Amino acid sequence: MTLMFDVGNKVAAKAVQMCKPEVIAAYPITPQTVIVEELARFVENGELDAEYLCVESEHSVMAATCAAASMGVRTFTATSSQGLAFMHEMLHWAGLSRLPIVMINVNRTLGPGWSLWPDETDSMAQRDTGWIQFFVSSAQEAFDTVILAFRLAEHHEVQLPVLISYSAFTISHTMMPVEIPEQDDVDAFLPPFKPYWRLDWRNPVTFGNVLSDEYHMEKRYTMHLGMEAAKRLIPDLGREYEQRFGRYHGGLIEEYRTDDADYVLLAMASVGSEAKVAVDNLREQGHRVGLARLRVVRPYPDEDLRRIGRKRKLIALDRNISVGSGGWMYHETRSAVMGVEGCDVYGYLCGVGGRDVTYEDIEQMALKVFTGDARPDVVEWWDLKQTGGN
Amino acid sequence: MLEVRIHGRGGQGAVTAANLLAAAALRDGKSGVQAFPHFGGERRGAPVTSFVRISADDVRLRSRVYHPDIVVVLDRQTLESIDVTAGLAEGGTIVLNSRKQPTEFEFSDRYRVAVVDAAGISIAHKLLVSGIPALNTPMLGAVVRLTEEVSLDALLAAIRGQWKGSAGEANAEAAREAYDRLEVNR
Repeated sequence: MTLMFDVGNKVAAKAVQMCKPEVIAAYPITPQTVIVEELARFVENGELDAEYLCVESEHSVMAATCAAASMGVRTFTATSSQGLAFMHEMLHWAGLSRLPIVMINVNRTLGPGWSLWPDETDSMAQRDTGWIQFFVSSAQEAFDTVILAFRLAEHHEVQLPVLISYSAFTISHTMMPVEIPEQDDVDAFLPPFKPYWRLDWRNPVTFGNVLSDEYHMEKRYTMHLGMEAAKRLIPDLGREYEQRFGRYHGGLIEEYRTDDADYVLLAMASVGSEAKVAVDNLREQGHRVGLARLRVVRPYPDEDLRRIGRKRKLIALDRNISVGSGGWMYHETRSAVMGVEGCDVYGYLCGVGGRDVTYEDIEQMALKVFTGDARPDVVEWWDLKQTGGN
Repeated sequence: MLEVRIHGRGGQGAVTAANLLAAAALRDGKSGVQAFPHFGGERRGAPVTSFVRISADDVRLRSRVYHPDIVVVLDRQTLESIDVTAGLAEGGTIVLNSRKQPTEFEFSDRYRVAVVDAAGISIAHKLLVSGIPALNTPMLGAVVRLTEEVSLDALLAAIRGQWKGSAGEANAEAAREAYDRLEVNR
């Protein structure tokens, strides 16, 4: 074990290098660029034996990555914001083809207006593409999740691509100390990729051919089964990872001080780490409050939330927006806990567009619910400035 | 937890300063360290702010530093456009690159003000980057004089870890000189 002190992007790139992908297709975009630059350096200096493809757009990145993954090799790429949006069509291709691609998306506000700061709407817009989606809240968790993600994606019961998202700058450009395991241990946890099927002239299969309505529903159903398997496997693989490496970041959800809580905050990505400080401060003031940090939002942790929500008030802190509807966690949690005894879901939209969300903001949002000044049926835009209409 | 905010302009080394201070704290056995920048889409010459948190435990905060214990001002012209005292509690510390006396600032009565001629020290040690004096290493020499959290030895080791050979030595010497020449109003 060695200690690495560097920015989140370089930590994530180190994890990818240790997973030994054979093909990386890349196109740069801030604030992700450091990841693919670092991987290019690893390939250049011989620390990673991979085919490195500089292609002309993010759409081509995903097309090349899908093609390589179809040949049965381990693949990786990274992107951000508009780059992820540009991949959208090919993201469906990766999901429907059951290709175990791992990709990092550094959450950055979609423009215009042009912006660099974190907002999860870019990932949210890919909810229906069949990708498993993790959100991580530290560089260490990013490192560990990359390794776990390849193992999960390549599991024959899953066979789905995995997107790992983390916040622009607050993770991507922030230096924090991270424990790096030995390569032998990573190899033991993550053996070489053995594809369930691949394009192979000795065993010909068709790929991307016409699939009539007679079978298409079943194809979607088996993807859904892959997602359900992931729900079971993510905590199991997490515990196996813990046994080998000594760290466990949670299953689909990391619960923090929820045991005797009357109120539970729901948060993800970097807000999910900041919220722990708010919980500690509110606990000191005598409030029985905890945190459910959602690490995985595809598949959505419905069963966990039904258990956590029983006789409790949930407070969703969304840094994403489906305009005309609302935040990801608010809506999907309300749907999940429908009929759960004594459960109300309160919703805030905070930090949308990349505005900073501080522990003080989180405490104030929670207090407004505690004092009865918030309503569960009205989502509040936190820290909203006066606007002049449209 | 010690929280530091550094004001500079793109190219002056504010981001590297934050990283070096955190790296030095890590060498001193502080396991919770965090260093990060905040800048706009602009680059060289534009105002840049960077932040450092130093703690014995893991740092869980992800927001920017709004209540710093120490404010570092690399570029004195920042004082004309930005309120560098924002969020600084009465009696907090401001470290400036300046030839003025620490009592000469409009905020000198309210804060512990420390000054060092970091630009002069940088030029003397030939720490020029594209003709512009690098201010970060001398300013950090000043900072570690003002806190118990990071030692001068750890800072010098972190500097030598960042730049090998003569560049590391010149930066380390500049940091040490600033440490010695720092003047404080209280």
